[in-house]
Amino acid sequence: MSTKTGGQIVCESLIREGVDVVFGLPGGAILPLYGTLSEYPQLRHILVRHEQGAAHAADGYSRASGRVGVAFATSGPGATNLITGLATAMMDSVPVVAITGQVGRAGIGTDAFQETDITGATLPITKHNYLVMRASEIASTIKEAFHIASTGRPGPVLVDIPRDVFQESAEYVYPESLDLPGYRPPGAAAESEIAAAVEVINSAERPVILAGHGVIISRAYRELRELAEKAQIPVVTTLLGISCFPEDHVLSVGFPGMHGMAYASLALDHADALIAIGSRFDDRIVGDASRFSRGSRKVHIDIDPAEFNKNVRVDVTVMGDVRQVLDQLNPLVKRATHEEWVRHIEHLKAEHPSLRIPETDRLLGQQVIRSLSEVTKGRSVVVTGVGQHQMWAAQHYRFTRANSWLSSGGLGTMGYEVPAAMGAQVARPGELVWSVCGDGGFQMTMSELATVAENRLPVKYAILNNNHLGMITQWQDLFYNHDHQADAYTANPDFVKLAEAFGIKGLRVREQEEVVPAILAANNHPGPVVVDFVIDRVDHVYPMIPSGQSVEELIEEPL
Amino acid sequence: MTNDYGIRAGVRTITALVQDRPGVLARIAGMFRRRGFNIASLAVGRSESPGLSRMTFVVEGPQNIVALVAAQLDRLVEVVQVTDITDKNLVWRELALIKVRTTPETRSEIIELVGIFRVNVVDVAAESLTVEITGGQSKIDSLVKLLDEYGVQEVMRTGRVATLRGSLVTGGSDGEFEVGSIGMTDESGSGLGPVGDSGSV
Ligand SMILES: Cc1ncc(C[n+]2csc(CCOP(=O)(O)OP(=O)(O)O)c2C)c(N)n1
Repeated sequence: MSTKTGGQIVCESLIREGVDVVFGLPGGAILPLYGTLSEYPQLRHILVRHEQGAAHAADGYSRASGRVGVAFATSGPGATNLITGLATAMMDSVPVVAITGQVGRAGIGTDAFQETDITGATLPITKHNYLVMRASEIASTIKEAFHIASTGRPGPVLVDIPRDVFQESAEYVYPESLDLPGYRPPGAAAESEIAAAVEVINSAERPVILAGHGVIISRAYRELRELAEKAQIPVVTTLLGISCFPEDHVLSVGFPGMHGMAYASLALDHADALIAIGSRFDDRIVGDASRFSRGSRKVHIDIDPAEFNKNVRVDVTVMGDVRQVLDQLNPLVKRATHEEWVRHIEHLKAEHPSLRIPETDRLLGQQVIRSLSEVTKGRSVVVTGVGQHQMWAAQHYRFTRANSWLSSGGLGTMGYEVPAAMGAQVARPGELVWSVCGDGGFQMTMSELATVAENRLPVKYAILNNNHLGMITQWQDLFYNHDHQADAYTANPDFVKLAEAFGIKGLRVREQEEVVPAILAANNHPGPVVVDFVIDRVDHVYPMIPSGQSVEELIEEPL
Repeated sequence: MTNDYGIRAGVRTITALVQDRPGVLARIAGMFRRRGFNIASLAVGRSESPGLSRMTFVVEGPQNIVALVAAQLDRLVEVVQVTDITDKNLVWRELALIKVRTTPETRSEIIELVGIFRVNVVDVAAESLTVEITGGQSKIDSLVKLLDEYGVQEVMRTGRVATLRGSLVTGGSDGEFEVGSIGMTDESGSGLGPVGDSGSV
């Protein structure tokens, strides 16, 4: 036992939790913590340009590494700037721990300078949060925060610490055990639930797996594959489940829903058994619940029982950690071939070439992604923003490596692409990280290019630049009678010059034949690169199931 | 039962054991608000275990969502144990203090009337009288209605506290409380109607 300041205790505790990198930006209330950082060189602090960048970078770091991402911010505006990033992490179940400075204890509740009730403000967008009022409580709180963030259904946890608590001294011992009587994340499932699931799977003639983000969170790639192969069950992934199952596998059927492949949506529709694994039946997949996969018996495997029967009524629920559940399930599942059904799926794939790219001389976003996929052999880490480019990346990149797709699925946060890619690159330093950006999203967080340059992070940014909020244009075309309002960016910056201003290599591509050389040049460049792919018109993303509808209303090709 | 928005509504009675920490109630209330639950009644007090409080909620909300209220509560880190006792064999009670206007002429009449309800008169003043009643909702409601003839000035109700019956007797109510009137009816079907589609892009 030794006496340390609150700031030192934070650092010691983070190190005990295995943290080696923190994304943050200081301010008055958190300066005492920054004042101790020099004593802890093993904690690498990456100075961001905006706290939203810190939260998204911690999120990208976490998704890419499977570890907890950490962000620091000061009180008031620093803390509120984290909010979009925390909400993004919450919706996608990403373990992030945010440590915020708060005004001194005496000032709390007085509307002191830069005071925000950040624990109050983040109640609905964190898995849990804390206001720590004594230095002696910091260590146990941080231990709890990491445990809660990373176990069960993961999520962000915020720890708010008043300025003078960082300065206060306390005896430091890192607690060995946790005192969380109300927190018991499920592990293995009940035998009865397993038996019920096995019955549905073994008696199915047309089974399909819907594999979600839970498979990635639980690192259950091998177990999923074992189940699919043993009983020859086609695998549809959710948008966030992408890269939990190799897309070059014969049983891979893409992703369903609003902009998913028609054959994936049809596979769910034609199935007589649907095994949802670590997914939450999001409305972008389900659409009209009364018409969703009507002919199937449904098994829902998830760690969070609050997801059961929320959007879709299911027949069997299996509560537990996906990997442990699959370990329990797989030995009991009968070997099967489901030949006719697998052939039917092959047929659907042939009949519905959802990934056909229109023939044209113009440069298309779809082609850029297709080329990127081919050049990198489906082995790059791909991070995206939100919009058309995101959907094209999901559709046309053929992911062959586990956990190589990072995208804001639940919140749909534009601007995620720039900082999250930075975090992913920090997590996987030797690997190729491509960030597929919209010109809209890119401009929301492009200030982090300075952070990328400063830390020599070799992220490759591909802007699919249509000079529009492309997805907005598409919706206005389809649902608002082509009434285009506030969808055009008529004075976009010169992204090549912009990159150069940050000291980053910039490339511009206007023609189809320049695509592959530019990708190769970016891959071969040791530092960060911004490639401005100029797409001169807004195309639409297809297939499309309009929101709240079903596969019956699926629009396969341009009208 | 449907609510103002035409969404099928349900009602659940839940008891929860929660850690007695600052902000717990705000966390629970915030979750209820966010999920579209309405707290019809809430009672909180210390439980038999030190450091833990027991809460009894009656919660209303869209049926498919309110069915998940126990699971949603259980997600909260400080909630140690949750029981959805809606369809269970339970005993519940509520306490109310009712202040009613009196005149020299009505006073004895009121005292006689409340006597039938076996309630206590806890305060007598020159122009009012306060009675204490314990019981089920309908019993309290009918007393309030009767006393209103004389002019009810104030009604203070604690909200419902409930517990599972320890006996082997089956059957839902204690005679004062119709389970069916408050219990949620389960309308099964493959889907729950349109998922709250966000309509967002
Ligand atoms: C922060 C935020 N604001 C607004 C939206 C709504 N929105 C969804 S897609 C989109 C357009 C995205 O434009 P861009 O980043 O250029 O990508 P594109 O669709 O053109 O590929 C908008 C505005 C959002 N998802 N996130």
